[in-house]
Amino acid sequence: MDTLAELLAQALGAVEASESLTALDEVRVRYLGKKGALTAELKGLGRLPPEARPAAGQRINEAKQQLAAAVEARRERLEAEALEAALAAERLDVTLPGRGQRPGGLHPVTRTLQRVESLFRHAGFEVRRGPEIEDDFHNFTALNIPENHPARAMHDTFYFPDGRLLRTHTSPVQIRAMLDSGAPIRLIAPGRVYRCDSDQTHTPMFHQVEGLVVDRDISFANLKDVLYGFVASFFEREVQLRFRPSYFPFTEPSAEVDVLSESGRWLEILGCGMVHPNVLRNAGVDPEEFTGYAFGMGVERLAMLRYGVDDLRMFFENDLRFLRQFA
Amino acid sequence: MKISQSWLADWVALAQSGEALAEQLTMAGLEVDAVTALAPEFRGVVVARVAELSPHPDADKLRVAQVDVGDGVLRQVVCGAPNARAGMVSALATVGGVLPGGMKIRKAKLRGVVSEGMLCSAAELGLDEDASGILELPEDAPVGREFADWLGLDDTVIDVDLTPNRGDCFSVRGVARELAALNDTPLTGPQCASVAATHEQTLGVTLEAPEACARFAGRVIRGIAPFRRSPTWLAERLRRAGIRAIHPVVDVTNYVMLELGQPLHGYDLARLTGGITVRLAAAGEPLVLLDGREVTLAPDMLVIADDRGPVGLAGIMGGDSTAVGEATTEVFLEAAWFSPEAIAGRARRLGLHTDASVRFERGVDFALPAQAIERATALLMDICGGEPGPLQIAEVPAHLPKRPAVTLRAARLQALLGTEIEAQVVERIFARLGLDAVATPEGWSVTPPSQRYDLQIEVDLIEEVARIYGYDRIPRRPEQASTGIRPATESRTPEERARQLLVDRGYQEAVTYSFIDEKVQAAFFPDAVPIRLANPIAAQMNVMRRSPWPGLAAAARDNLSRQQARVRLFELGTQFEQDAEGGVEERQVIAGLALGPVWPLQWDAAGRRTDFYDVKGDLEALLTLGNGAERWSFEPGEQTALHPGQSAVILRDGAAVGHIGALHPRLAAELELPVDTFVFVVEVAAALGARVPAYHGVSRYPAVHRDLAVVVDEALPAERLLAVVRASAGPWLQSVEIFDIYRGDRIQTGCKSMALSLILQAPSRTLTDTDVEGVVGSVIDRLGSELGARIRD
Repeated sequence: MDTLAELLAQALGAVEASESLTALDEVRVRYLGKKGALTAELKGLGRLPPEARPAAGQRINEAKQQLAAAVEARRERLEAEALEAALAAERLDVTLPGRGQRPGGLHPVTRTLQRVESLFRHAGFEVRRGPEIEDDFHNFTALNIPENHPARAMHDTFYFPDGRLLRTHTSPVQIRAMLDSGAPIRLIAPGRVYRCDSDQTHTPMFHQVEGLVVDRDISFANLKDVLYGFVASFFEREVQLRFRPSYFPFTEPSAEVDVLSESGRWLEILGCGMVHPNVLRNAGVDPEEFTGYAFGMGVERLAMLRYGVDDLRMFFENDLRFLRQFA
Repeated sequence: MKISQSWLADWVALAQSGEALAEQLTMAGLEVDAVTALAPEFRGVVVARVAELSPHPDADKLRVAQVDVGDGVLRQVVCGAPNARAGMVSALATVGGVLPGGMKIRKAKLRGVVSEGMLCSAAELGLDEDASGILELPEDAPVGREFADWLGLDDTVIDVDLTPNRGDCFSVRGVARELAALNDTPLTGPQCASVAATHEQTLGVTLEAPEACARFAGRVIRGIAPFRRSPTWLAERLRRAGIRAIHPVVDVTNYVMLELGQPLHGYDLARLTGGITVRLAAAGEPLVLLDGREVTLAPDMLVIADDRGPVGLAGIMGGDSTAVGEATTEVFLEAAWFSPEAIAGRARRLGLHTDASVRFERGVDFALPAQAIERATALLMDICGGEPGPLQIAEVPAHLPKRPAVTLRAARLQALLGTEIEAQVVERIFARLGLDAVATPEGWSVTPPSQRYDLQIEVDLIEEVARIYGYDRIPRRPEQASTGIRPATESRTPEERARQLLVDRGYQEAVTYSFIDEKVQAAFFPDAVPIRLANPIAAQMNVMRRSPWPGLAAAARDNLSRQQARVRLFELGTQFEQDAEGGVEERQVIAGLALGPVWPLQWDAAGRRTDFYDVKGDLEALLTLGNGAERWSFEPGEQTALHPGQSAVILRDGAAVGHIGALHPRLAAELELPVDTFVFVVEVAAALGARVPAYHGVSRYPAVHRDLAVVVDEALPAERLLAVVRASAGPWLQSVEIFDIYRGDRIQTGCKSMALSLILQAPSRTLTDTDVEGVVGSVIDRLGSELGARIRD
């Protein structure tokens, strides 16, 4: 009997001494395998007298179970240690930056235009575009700016030798759209416009968005409402607007709209008015049946006010250090 | 137009500050650009009398004055002014005083004589450019008083930026009239009393073009004193309005123009020959203007002529030959009404822009000429004396503007403004504006006064009512909401999506000018017909761009010079091409440019530079946004701006819609760009065309994967190889991709090995080995027969 106890003690010692799963398995085979030492003990039961066999068998089985449990426990320990070691070896520097392309960004003018278009689309305005090279009729005459009108001098127009011109505003799109689709109509016309003027606050090319609504019973009160809604949404704050009487040949009454800045100054933001009856007539719309409003704004101006840009010319220098700020 | 508050005060009594007036004008549509307080730029300058004047002992050009400043002590002042004389009242900068520019007045010795101060010229005090002598003040100017105080320098100058419709406000009186209406107070002001004639001399005036000049008032004034200067108060008012005093006749005509809005002209009568005729110019007729410029007249330009020829460009500028001078003693004053149509645009065509032309273009009150002559006569006689002749008026009343009554319907007023304004409020507004309104069953019949050119139709009156009523009092009212759903297509990729795709692939959007340098354009596209501007703003912005490439290339170079090593730009915009009929076709395109490292600098990426296939990959991603990869193809194709061996034409359904490639090395060198600069351009209409997805069933049976390596001629384009595979593999082919290309000594020279990966799948059963071998066999056969390809062992 002492032999069994000794054997078990020896086996348990060997289990504890196993430093790897392979070594542990060797120990298991040595004691518990088909030809293992404890298995041999069971086989030796036959040599005992029959009455002694049950008790001896039970002791051997208990020893086997004890050893098997020890092996299992040791295996779990070794496996856990191995996993831990593996995990430790696989540790990454998670603070290193990710790999791959870095997105660029939209030009601030586009960013602003997309915002303006989206706000007006939601209000049922359709986006219309027109040619950048225009004729005198669409750019001036139809808009109630006849030949020699003093307002023409303010437009600093670029001309081509054949008398065509680069549109000085997006207003000709109004005329084209009305001649095309008639009234009622609800549109905005974004795009490039050109004036022969260049200094600190003027670039020879810039962007405008024109808006036009012509329908029955459209009033100045409606115009005020739309513009209040737009400006408040655009700047994402409650705004105070000031409608100042002004003059545009294509609208009457006309107004310049100023927004009260957060620093308490009035900043000019857009021009607007009720569509002049001559303009409606020139575009084939009966001014007795329909009335309408129109507004126009400079996109760079909106972007400057929104993003705090203080130099208009930056918009056209395509300096990556500037452009990346709008990504 | 600059107007001083003190001058306005002659015409309307107002208690408001300059700032408050400016605000009021701005809110009434007369936008005020600036309000400037007239702070004197000098200190310690007093009104002083030259009591005695004696020669300087040691200098011929200097004299020694004993100057009285009213404190009983005479100060000795050395003075070099030729006009100084005993008894003269002038301005003395006293010791301790400061002149504009910061010069301090100290007690000093000039050539050995002590000088306690400095007698000042208008220039030295910053009032005028006249530095010819010391200021001459009126005899009764209070000696000892602070000069700034006496001059009324605590004034405010209001700069009004008038809109073209408000010519009636182009004067002190016009602005005052507006302020009187806004404040509901009376308009006062100096009277233009008739001056009695002291002789009968007149000048013959003939109106040959009465539709252009229907009224011409004038007067002969004889015997004015020569070599006079306008008094300080008048010169000072002109100065505050931005006009320099130069000669009493000129100053007075300017003064009356500023005050009443009627431009006038004074001729040296002695230099006129015969009478005056107002007529259209003969084509090519020359005229030397007051400023010395010689202009060539056109037949639509109105001139004032004497018997020898033109002596003035009517309503724009007088002529040099009859201009008044220091010695002039006889003048003829002119105040005429020229129609806006006869003046508008002419000055601009001649490169002129005068105080007269801006007023006549907008419309000058045709009731003014006689008043203006009377006012100018009285002022001139105050300065230079003289003998006035009778006021003479030539006119053709039929050609004067009409002011017919305009109907305003109350219902229309309410409908257009979206608010109701009570009848009595409307009528009070008309009364304040001096509009003669008669109530009618529907509203009013309103007769505008002579100065209002802008009140001709109903909506003009609606604007007037709204303006005086106040835009801010009109409420906000939402429109009736429209519930109609608008059409929206799924067959076009939104531009926003296309832009975003390029952004996500590392491109930065640029906006470059639509006009570029013709020389640069020619370097890119030598065959393009240049579309030139007639009046470019700069020589290097003189033609409309044929492509965004030159602009993007310039932007890339600018960024390289700003030390940006990696540049990826795109632009969506218009390019301009001359069409067959000589018209211009505007085409929306998306163009891009990429150069430098393929990845932004990072810790685990090969430092490879961007190549053709990187950019093509970006472009393909863009082109397949619309779900139609099979409609696109690329063919080798030359383009003048591109490397002949690294450029492709982009085709959609076989039609060329763009280009991609490396910049031509010669062009890259010229533009100072690296040789591996890649560009693309594609038409927006083609690129954004989209296909609405159409579902087809997904097979539940396994797919079979076969790889195939074929050796083909080096020159064989991959797209042809793939096309043959697609055409020969039959309906089970799900996809074919090239996954490797080998060139080297294991295959024949002049050939390349292309490794293809085929995926086959049938919709309703599992493919057998026989099926697959059949497909692969027919692919190999066709590759062999059509392309001479052989299977690589």
